[in-house]
Amino acid sequence: MASVRREIRINCSPDEVWAVVGNPTLIHYWFPGMTNAVVDGNSRVITTATGITLPEVIVTNDSVARRFQYRIDSPIMQEHLGTIDVFDLHDGTSLVAYSTNAVPDPMALIIGGGTGAALVELKRQLELGEGPALAGAQARLGES
Amino acid sequence: MGRKILFVTTDQQRYDTLGCNGGKLSRTPVIDALAAEGIRYERAVPQSVVCMPSRSTMITGQYPSTHGVWMNGVPLPVDAPSVAELLQQNGYQTALIGKAHFEPFLDPFGRFVENTLAATGEPTAQNRWYDGSIGDHRGFSHLEFATHGAAGPWHYTRWLLENHPECAGMYYSAIDNLFNVNAAGGGDANSPQVKKNEIEREWYHTDWVANRTINWLDTLENDDDWFCWMSFPDPHHPWDPPESEMGRIDWRDVPLPEGYLGSRDEREKAIDAKPRHWRMWYDGQLVSNYEAPAKWVPATLTEDQVREINARNAVECELIDEALGRVLAAIEQKGWTDDVDIIFTTDHGELQGDFGLMFKGPYHVDALMRLPLVWRPAPSTTPTQAVVTKPVELLDLAPTFCAIAGIAPAEWMQGQALPVDDDDASKRGFERALTEWDSELFGVGVYLRTITRDQWVCTAYLPGYVHDGTEGELYNLAEDPLQTNNLWEDRDYQSVRADLVADLWDHQPPVHEPRLELEAPV
Repeated sequence: MASVRREIRINCSPDEVWAVVGNPTLIHYWFPGMTNAVVDGNSRVITTATGITLPEVIVTNDSVARRFQYRIDSPIMQEHLGTIDVFDLHDGTSLVAYSTNAVPDPMALIIGGGTGAALVELKRQLELGEGPALAGAQARLGES
Repeated sequence: MGRKILFVTTDQQRYDTLGCNGGKLSRTPVIDALAAEGIRYERAVPQSVVCMPSRSTMITGQYPSTHGVWMNGVPLPVDAPSVAELLQQNGYQTALIGKAHFEPFLDPFGRFVENTLAATGEPTAQNRWYDGSIGDHRGFSHLEFATHGAAGPWHYTRWLLENHPECAGMYYSAIDNLFNVNAAGGGDANSPQVKKNEIEREWYHTDWVANRTINWLDTLENDDDWFCWMSFPDPHHPWDPPESEMGRIDWRDVPLPEGYLGSRDEREKAIDAKPRHWRMWYDGQLVSNYEAPAKWVPATLTEDQVREINARNAVECELIDEALGRVLAAIEQKGWTDDVDIIFTTDHGELQGDFGLMFKGPYHVDALMRLPLVWRPAPSTTPTQAVVTKPVELLDLAPTFCAIAGIAPAEWMQGQALPVDDDDASKRGFERALTEWDSELFGVGVYLRTITRDQWVCTAYLPGYVHDGTEGELYNLAEDPLQTNNLWEDRDYQSVRADLVADLWDHQPPVHEPRLELEAPV
């Protein structure tokens, strides 16, 4: 199994970051090349910009540990686990690590490249204080 | 009206595949004629021996360390420097037709411009340029893409599927169902990356690239200045040229290359004299890079497979030569020949049986590093025929295009316009060529820095997965043209080695900051 990890430091509190990362309906707002995400219980189906739909199973959504994990449940993947961890750096900033474990091995690189771009976009929106992912997170907070 | 530029590249073509370079297998009369009228370079050296870094060097005029594309799968930023932008700013019509590969191919999220253009139907896209302005993608107003078959989102695939859908499945599948470079064998000798392809010759990608080039030239006015990068995907594997053309060469009659050496013992002895990743790959114990089939073990390569692959490679080279001939005929018909500069080269070589190996990787020897390069200056400039023996670099192409166009090279270019003969080369300091290799694949890191100077090629290894940073390779090209005798540890050559290594480190280029990320395997 191949493993790829990307990480980024974001100048926002872990709670602010987790409000986006921990909401599985928002991923297409911060993952470049994803155009839609539909969540039903612990199932999520994402659509990519090339028209590929990928069913996923949400494995972990732990707001205490701030860990989100999901598995792509598609014949193109023999095994997959995506893990997003949000760490509190105790200085008002956060470290976000996005890991991809996959078989076939090249899929880890293909997906891992996308996760790197996703972290950059996540940071951009959070530090700017605006963007579709934040709007989605705030709407969710308003609902609750 | 200035000089027009036809820049012709192929992919993974060896120096010795051209008749003008002494090649005996493929017939290349069109390129040979260009060499006879112009300048032939005997030591043209790439700055990387894989596609994306090398092509990025061609367009930026920078070393991989500087443009930042350190391996296949690392995208060249859309706002990287581009010589096409300079030419367009100076009034040139610009096109790139064929294989670009500045951005990764494997792109399920559709993140890269070049992978999405065919679907939009637009000839180009608007992006930020290096100077901060907004303009055509990398300075090309017309882009049409193809690669090594009928897969992927590119223009050739779309054209084939729309016009001859029954042919799409005739190509060899370059990638297997696990997204690795396919190891499956085919042909008569069960050779890796070989398939008998029943596609009509006219519909094969080589002819398509030439056809689309002619079609673009037809859109131009007589007094337009133009720069056309015609980029053939062949003779890069898979080796699946139209079967109708395979009657040209009977693979059973193909001689084994000199670099295949005489016996298995000789090949293994030569490999064992090199740093140990050579032998580990040969024995199937190490896969250091994505570009060769991960499941293929070089030690299994047979003589018949070498013959069969080389026959197919030669046919692909002949088809390219003939396609180029058609483009030149179209240019002649327009009455433009006298004002057209033609530069022919490739991005890197191919092992093609040398040392019992195929494909490419961190192996800085002539098979991968000695490239065909021919420049036929516009006849209106009354060029003098010459052979340049001094080392030149693909890095020098971008400033050469500037010189042809009569514009000053950009400050970001790290090379200089190609010399027109050896005297010119000596006067302008063409002494050395540098080549880099950096790969990181699932924890296996390999890092090489190479200098080609005088009759020497010297590679220093940086610490990596199987190297501690003390290893190296040193070959005397004059006395050991096949690079079988590694002198790195030879006591008699320690001063030569020290001098070359010092020169190598003294001339390392600036490093791109921040380091660009690997975004895909290729």
